[in-house]
Amino acid sequence: MTQLTTAPPQQPTDVGRALRTAQLPTAAPRLVLAAAIVVGIGVWLGTGTPFLGVLFGWLTCFVLPIASAFVEGSRKATDRLVTVLVTSAFGIALIPLFSILWEVLRRGTQVLGIDFLTFSMRNVVGEGGGIYHAMTGTLLITGAAAVISIPIGLFAAIYLVEYADGNRLSRWLRFLVDVMTGIPSIVAGLFAYALFVIFFGEGVRMGIGGSVALSVLMIPIVVRSSEEMLKLVPNELREASYALGVPKWRTVAKVVLPTALAGIVTGVTLAVARVIGETAPLLIIAGATDSVNFNLFDGRMATLPVFAYASQRNPGVPPEFSIERAWGAALVLLVIVMLLNLVARLVSYFFSPKGDR
Amino acid sequence: MFAGISTSAGLLILAVLAGVAIFLTIEGIPGITADPSEVKSGQSFWPWVGPLVLGTLIAAAVALLIAIPVSVGVALFISHYAPRRLGQTLGYLVDLLAAVPSVVYGLWGIYVLSGTMAPVYAWFEKYLGFIPIFAGPASATGRTLLTACIVLAVMILPIMTAICREIFLQTPRLHEEAALALGATRWEMIRMAVFPYARSGIVSAAMLGLGRALGETMAVAMVLSATAGVVTANLISSTNPSTIASNIALSFAEASGKSVNALIASGLVLFVITFLVNFAARAIVDRRKEFSGAN
Repeated sequence: MTQLTTAPPQQPTDVGRALRTAQLPTAAPRLVLAAAIVVGIGVWLGTGTPFLGVLFGWLTCFVLPIASAFVEGSRKATDRLVTVLVTSAFGIALIPLFSILWEVLRRGTQVLGIDFLTFSMRNVVGEGGGIYHAMTGTLLITGAAAVISIPIGLFAAIYLVEYADGNRLSRWLRFLVDVMTGIPSIVAGLFAYALFVIFFGEGVRMGIGGSVALSVLMIPIVVRSSEEMLKLVPNELREASYALGVPKWRTVAKVVLPTALAGIVTGVTLAVARVIGETAPLLIIAGATDSVNFNLFDGRMATLPVFAYASQRNPGVPPEFSIERAWGAALVLLVIVMLLNLVARLVSYFFSPKGDR
Repeated sequence: MFAGISTSAGLLILAVLAGVAIFLTIEGIPGITADPSEVKSGQSFWPWVGPLVLGTLIAAAVALLIAIPVSVGVALFISHYAPRRLGQTLGYLVDLLAAVPSVVYGLWGIYVLSGTMAPVYAWFEKYLGFIPIFAGPASATGRTLLTACIVLAVMILPIMTAICREIFLQTPRLHEEAALALGATRWEMIRMAVFPYARSGIVSAAMLGLGRALGETMAVAMVLSATAGVVTANLISSTNPSTIASNIALSFAEASGKSVNALIASGLVLFVITFLVNFAARAIVDRRKEFSGAN
């Protein structure tokens, strides 16, 4: 008994040493992050360049793996180094996003106003003018592209899910649709030109050609998203419908499509958002003009992206006003795209069937 | 009848894809066979398109080199480092980059990024000038090939991140837990369980990104002050090779006669290159049956 009570008191700590190596305190990453922010802001204020501030703040973060190498050994140090690198990769990806949003907002709002949205560029030299002609053009061309793409894409998706039964044609179609999503937009524009030039002769410029080019880009997106949504419709619904003696086409039209509608609308909206900002194909086939043109089948048609591009490219003298308008058009375009994305998310959030998914 | 409409819609899509190839070929062939005196460049087709192809490949390759580590890092951050609840929101943030129209990227590249990068290029020239790609003389405006490549890298980041993220999230949970239970740190777990599982996915993500970068037009056309017929590996000087897509965008409006056909033929070359790259990428993706989503 007495011997036991006088057991050496160091033993437990010795066992502990053997099992646990030294560790940095749990708060170490947070402390280093705080230090990095302080250093970053300090350098920024000291040198006046935010770039150097970010750079030195970032470099400060590497104190953590270095300290870890001395205290915790190389394995832990590598782990901490990778954590710093992976986190900074995410930070690097966010820099352009926020920089773009900030610059477009800052420079675009300078010219924004009622006049900018309701005037065209007809007979405008220097200051003034607006993007009315480009907005109508964008809406018309994208609208026509949607009218062409949605039925084709939706029916192709119905074919893939409801009728194909995994035959060889459907496997090739699915694969080639995936490949089609990677067609460069300018190639789609050249295709539309090559198609129209056969009927209308050289130098053809037409709004509807832009719609055809955008459709080439839009159809694969519609097919893929609609297909995913149709696949989500439970088979029990179809079978219940068949059991009631409903023919297949009525089942698809009255049961499958309404069930998948919210998802399809989301997919189509995202597809529209995707093509509405396309510049290259419209530059080729729709051209640019300063006047309002409501006729898709007659002559050049201005669009927002091409307007922004042309204003930057050929600003005239003095250039400031034109470049200001380019940023204004970019802002309007960005707002439209973001709104479409928001609408798509809201539709899928509020209208998708509430089930046990 | 419903079945008929659906099937013909499917066939129509295949016809469109074939039509792209056919119409480009019909209109392109006169450009390929055109006499040097008939086109604006004053060169026969292949010597003219060669430097453009090289410029396209260089720009896309450099963009890819920048984008691969960043996108793998971002995907890892979202899938394995960020708190689970935050992951999806952070994913949306990166996806927002995909929503930005290319012309906005172009404006940003010219007026924001070029200005920021110009002093960096001067620094590169001064201290890294012994490396051929940084030989200089550094462009004062910053509108260089490297700037265009950075813009391209940002543009292809979302799709590559989305695919990598999907694949990383599909790593079998048991593999990860087994690695951690054996005492691996988080990085060792990722290296031993996640990366081997995701290798083919990363490759196909990179190839899809490459396909996008090859065909991207406006960012390069706007940012780059290109000189025709230049072949150079120098990334920071003011003489830059053009790319096929940007060359078409810049010269199509003023082109006429056989020059138009030559431009269409160069578009056909671009179509073939991107088609092959995308075809290979999708074939790799398709081989993994368990892969789903993220297109």
